[in-house]
Amino acid sequence: MNPVAFFRSLSMTSKLGVAFAVILLLIMVTPIFAEVPKPHIPTAKGDQCVEETEFMRRNHMDLLKHKRDLTMRNGIRTKKHSLHSCLDCHAVFDKQQKVVSIKDDRHFCNSCHVYASVSIDCFDCHSSTPIAKDKNSGI
Amino acid sequence: MTQAKDLSDNSRRKFIGIAAGVAGSALIAPGVFLNQVKAKTDSDAVTNKVRWGMLIDTNKCQKGCDDCVNACAKENGWAHETGPEEVKVQWIRKLDLKNKSTGREVSLPVMCQHCENPPCVDVCPTGASFKRDDGIVLVDKHTCIGCRYCMMACPYKARSFVHSPVENHDDYMPRGMGVVESCTFCVHLVDKDKSPACVTSCKENALTFGDLNDKQSDISKRVAKEASRQIRADLRTNPGVRYQGV
Repeated sequence: MNPVAFFRSLSMTSKLGVAFAVILLLIMVTPIFAEVPKPHIPTAKGDQCVEETEFMRRNHMDLLKHKRDLTMRNGIRTKKHSLHSCLDCHAVFDKQQKVVSIKDDRHFCNSCHVYASVSIDCFDCHSSTPIAKDKNSGI
Repeated sequence: MTQAKDLSDNSRRKFIGIAAGVAGSALIAPGVFLNQVKAKTDSDAVTNKVRWGMLIDTNKCQKGCDDCVNACAKENGWAHETGPEEVKVQWIRKLDLKNKSTGREVSLPVMCQHCENPPCVDVCPTGASFKRDDGIVLVDKHTCIGCRYCMMACPYKARSFVHSPVENHDDYMPRGMGVVESCTFCVHLVDKDKSPACVTSCKENALTFGDLNDKQSDISKRVAKEASRQIRADLRTNPGVRYQGV
């Protein structure tokens, strides 16, 4: 008996049961065929980050937050662990050698944060590109 | 309760300050003191040994000139503010005053007065509005929830709320929609041993910036000799900004 004829011979309840089982099976096997590609992490300037790469992957947010408070509240403006320094080394350039901003999915922070679906609001206020050399500031 | 505690804390600080001053200012040669303040390095935290202040000579300030306002807007990235006129961000503004009985006119810039007892800090529900140890009053935009109590509390109308999204973020002065902001005394420049943008932009040299605690600084020498006053001194906020000729 072919599967279609077998399916037709079943009662309505059994038909629903079989349909449900098939859908469930499909849902279970789908991720195998539609695996999200691992994020492509852009290479940065220099050989080594300010801390070990593994440490940075887990703790960069804590370092940034700690430095944020030190700078804001105590005026400590060292470069290590500062957002400026992250952007300096981890700048990503497009084909025209123009640095990409956070609006671009290729931006260093986006490369993982889009994958992990973690939205960050740092760049609602902060610039997401390295400090321009011709920056016209009093500094 | 909190106020009483603050007052006692302040008077204790004053006493310690006087005691430390007497103990610390050993004279090693005529005119050379040991307790002169060193320039801050990047890794140093700010201390209350410094009290930043500004002296504004309104006799030199020209009516119609807004160089200080433009310099501030450019330095701090609020020059291209969009949105309705009545809610535009304003870190510093020029006021023209006229004494009706004498007819004397005076023009002066008004910005955050960097009070010793800032009402904006008292009312902030999150601690975002705070005073740095060196007397600069700031908004920590990371923790500001945009409630605008500080704007209500400020007697000088010094603070603004950002109503519109901010594009083209400045490298040194991060700004964004939904938080309150005000004059920072150009803290990013001050930490690098430089003067605020309004001070350096003034062609008439009407603005003097410096450390009020350093007796050898220009500002201290001048306020010790010349008449100056604080706006709304009756509120006893003890602003760091002082005016001459008003």
